[in-house]
Amino acid sequence: MTNVTMTVNGKSVSGNVEGRTLLSSFLRDDLRLTGTHVGCDTSQCGACVVHVDGLSVKACTMLAAEADGAEVKTIEGMANADGSLSVIQQAFQDHHGLQCGFCTPGMVMTAAALLKENPKPSETEVRDYLEGNICRCTGYHNIVKAIMAASGQDVSAIAAE
Amino acid sequence: MHNFEFVKPGTVADAVAALKGDEAQALGGGQTLLPTMKQRLAAPETLVALSGVDEMKGICKDDEGRLCIGGGTTHAAVAADGSYPALSAMASHIGDPAVRNRGTIGGSLANNDPAACYPSAVLASGATVTTNTREIAADDYFQGMFSTALEEGEIITEVKFPIPEKANYQKFVQPASRFALVGVFVAKFADGVRVAITGASEEGVFRWTEAEEALSANFSPAALDSLSVSGEGMISDLHGTGAYRAHLIKVMTGRAVSAAA
Repeated sequence: MTNVTMTVNGKSVSGNVEGRTLLSSFLRDDLRLTGTHVGCDTSQCGACVVHVDGLSVKACTMLAAEADGAEVKTIEGMANADGSLSVIQQAFQDHHGLQCGFCTPGMVMTAAALLKENPKPSETEVRDYLEGNICRCTGYHNIVKAIMAASGQDVSAIAAE
Repeated sequence: MHNFEFVKPGTVADAVAALKGDEAQALGGGQTLLPTMKQRLAAPETLVALSGVDEMKGICKDDEGRLCIGGGTTHAAVAADGSYPALSAMASHIGDPAVRNRGTIGGSLANNDPAACYPSAVLASGATVTTNTREIAADDYFQGMFSTALEEGEIITEVKFPIPEKANYQKFVQPASRFALVGVFVAKFADGVRVAITGASEEGVFRWTEAEEALSANFSPAALDSLSVSGEGMISDLHGTGAYRAHLIKVMTGRAVSAAA
């Protein structure tokens, strides 16, 4: 067992993990932060995307031991300090960017990474950036719309299809 | 996934020492190795993470003008660099953004997946693979599907790319995995053109020498008109026959030549 210490959503946490413990397992099973979802467990679907030292990663394809000393942000850390939804989360609600909600944590974390890199992405850039996030309900349309809206762009021209 | 001992050395020397253990395996970004271990296709007793080796990260130019990329440098960092535009463009389309933040050039080359993008860039550029013990020319490095010149416990510390006058990478993606069904990297140097093909052959990445000769004489898609590629020895699977892949090689090479800048 290895002792790991990391900052998760601003709080210092530590625990003993096996070499093989995935970051997704550490977050969900040890810290009980179950907002990070494990869909495929093969790094295809993106439901487990979190930020490690400010970069999006698939938590099911990173060892917890590799995150020792890192700054980790999960969906639980996305709301504003007063508990209200962040701009991106609110945009997902306003534009119906989710149906079953399973992919949503990963979508929101990927969207946040995109907007940090590229504050005013085009629709094509949003769709390209979502390549590693799979949604089986929405057909992506309202997810793209929500992300465009969260970037402060006018989405009235994007018809609800 | 079977359990293993995890170690994270801070220097190349310590990593080399850790890899001397029985059933020890180096871990780059883990974007291929961890899924492979989950399927129990690999079960090392010790996993030596290279992510703590700072001397293996980063991008610079050497005195000969070559772009030198540390073996532990992520695809995202290469994509953002831009000093070898065709290489950065290629790196920017590997996997997806989250995969690019973890996956490394050294890991990709050590694995030598027959459908990976990087091997074609390294071979077409005539790059040099530097390890903890030696320098290996690209032409000697790739030795067939998942097979390389690396010895047990040898680590890719750096890859040195001569920067071509013009270059381009064209990937025809397999629509489910988004790996290259066929990928073509074309690099035009003052002394000739090199063309490397990934995704297609049962032997892994290879140089299409007939196209190299034709394009060295006339760097235009029309130079390929009289050439054809045989489907023999090409990968045939449910995504495409060998003949289909062979056809794509010519089409994608033409597109790469047209787009080369």
